[in-house]
Amino acid sequence: MTTAEPIAGSPAVLSGSATAAPAISVQGLRMSYGNYEAVRGIDLEVARGEILAFLGPNGAGKTTTTEILEGFRMRTAGDVQVLGTDPAKGGSGWRARIGVVLQTCAPERMLSVRECLTMYAGYYPKPLGVQRALELTGLTEKAGTRCDQLSGGQQRRLDVALALIGDPELIFLDEPTTGFDPTARRQAWDVISGLRDLGKTVFLTTHFMDEAEALADRIMILAAGKIVASGTPQTIGGRSAGATVISFSLPEGVAHGDVPSLPGQLEAPAVTAHAAHGRVEIEVSEPVPALHALSGWATERRLALPDITVNRPSLEDIYLKLTASSH
Amino acid sequence: MSTASLAAHQAKYDLLVYFRDPRARGFTLALPVLLLLLFGYIFKHDTFSYSGRLTISGDSYYLPRMIALGLVGTTLSNLVIVLVSKRETGALKRRRATPIRAQVLIAGDVITSEVSAIVIAVVLVAIGWLAYGVHLSAAGIGALAVIVVVATAAFCGLAYGVSTLINSVDSAAPLVTLIFFALNAISGIYVPESLFPAWLRDAAQVLPVRPLASAMQAAVAPVTNGGHAFNWPDLLIVLAWGAAGTLFALRRFSWSPSR
Repeated sequence: MTTAEPIAGSPAVLSGSATAAPAISVQGLRMSYGNYEAVRGIDLEVARGEILAFLGPNGAGKTTTTEILEGFRMRTAGDVQVLGTDPAKGGSGWRARIGVVLQTCAPERMLSVRECLTMYAGYYPKPLGVQRALELTGLTEKAGTRCDQLSGGQQRRLDVALALIGDPELIFLDEPTTGFDPTARRQAWDVISGLRDLGKTVFLTTHFMDEAEALADRIMILAAGKIVASGTPQTIGGRSAGATVISFSLPEGVAHGDVPSLPGQLEAPAVTAHAAHGRVEIEVSEPVPALHALSGWATERRLALPDITVNRPSLEDIYLKLTASSH
Repeated sequence: MSTASLAAHQAKYDLLVYFRDPRARGFTLALPVLLLLLFGYIFKHDTFSYSGRLTISGDSYYLPRMIALGLVGTTLSNLVIVLVSKRETGALKRRRATPIRAQVLIAGDVITSEVSAIVIAVVLVAIGWLAYGVHLSAAGIGALAVIVVVATAAFCGLAYGVSTLINSVDSAAPLVTLIFFALNAISGIYVPESLFPAWLRDAAQVLPVRPLASAMQAAVAPVTNGGHAFNWPDLLIVLAWGAAGTLFALRRFSWSPSR
């Protein structure tokens, strides 16, 4: 079994040390299919033990990039190091250190969950115990069930268990909760955040903003083959510096023109149709003075604003703005 | 972890999957047995002319051909469908993400096909022996054993090649069934060859199934091969097809779904 060797020019791999080399390091990655450039120069780094969420619309180059990192696809140009090895040259020893959950994978027919896990465990030099993998993914009760008789959520958890059975250092998760009901999603999220507690690094591809927000330490947004934003869920795309949106239903007898101008207001209030009343949305730069003025106005007129909300722009708004501008 | 122990590990699960698969049990295993019982009974007192020069009993005709049917079914029918299915569903791609090497997965497939072909051969020879009085000589049994093992491996290579031509799981079963039936029919597996025109026999001789049947025929009734139980020229034709299929697969085989 080959072990990773330090590469000239990169920090030496110090096992167990907080300053260990990044799990994934990409510089200038390019991928072309004939004349079409799917990936146009990407740099990224994933530190050990972190969960990185990789977002982007279809056709942005997410799957291509992920497959290059997993060693399924040969890149056109750029330097890629995954756990200290170029995936294009990764052998069995390297494969034993990574786990992959594909976007879709049908269950292994005719085998029980336990048999399937035992089969995969035999592929690895130092597998996790089958029982442990079952516990980590909440499948202990289903150990004797045939794989093709599991529910969709259970099959996906089995996919994660199969990626974990080799006790890898790094796991690639491609859209792990697509098609899940809310309960199943929460259970899957528990499993995934549990991976970080085990010291594993996770590279997560997802369409779901709430998933990225709930799970990721950092997010990268890919659009048209380039990274358009990167940061923590709180700060990405200037989210923490973005405008606050105050929203409430227009009370009875109050016309749109009666709503006062608020200090720090950025644009004229937008009114959207909402049930019987219009819903007013006002973007302001600072919530506190605006709310002070608004509540003064409402109190003066004896208006209740029972469904008033104060929100920062959602991650979805940021994402849509960033990916729309690149089209 | 040696390749051999890994291959044994993989074969264990491939065999479990195979013997639990209702299609494998029904179509591949039960069909040759049922047909031998049926044809053996129908043609119990008939003889067929063979190569125009001599005659053999109906049971001597059908026993080797039913063994051939089982062998071809395990490989060109079952294995092709399993390979296409594993590829198109992403199962092969997931295996590729693990440290397991291709040789081990292939060994698992070949071992499973060999076990299946050997089981079919043993069961059919026993039925032929006990129910229809078809006795093989020691040389015949030896020749048959060699042919079953070698031809199964060759047909596995052919199956890998054929699997690269089919891109969807839905079309795999009907396509394979059609090829399987047509190939067997013109090779004299179902209908006695003595009823075929000579050009059809010659055309079928170029394909892999008729030579397989002839080689097995020689082991069962050496009189059809000038007294020699081991018909190696026909076995060579089978091997050539296996080699061609393997080379074809090496160029075209993909682990990933065709999307």
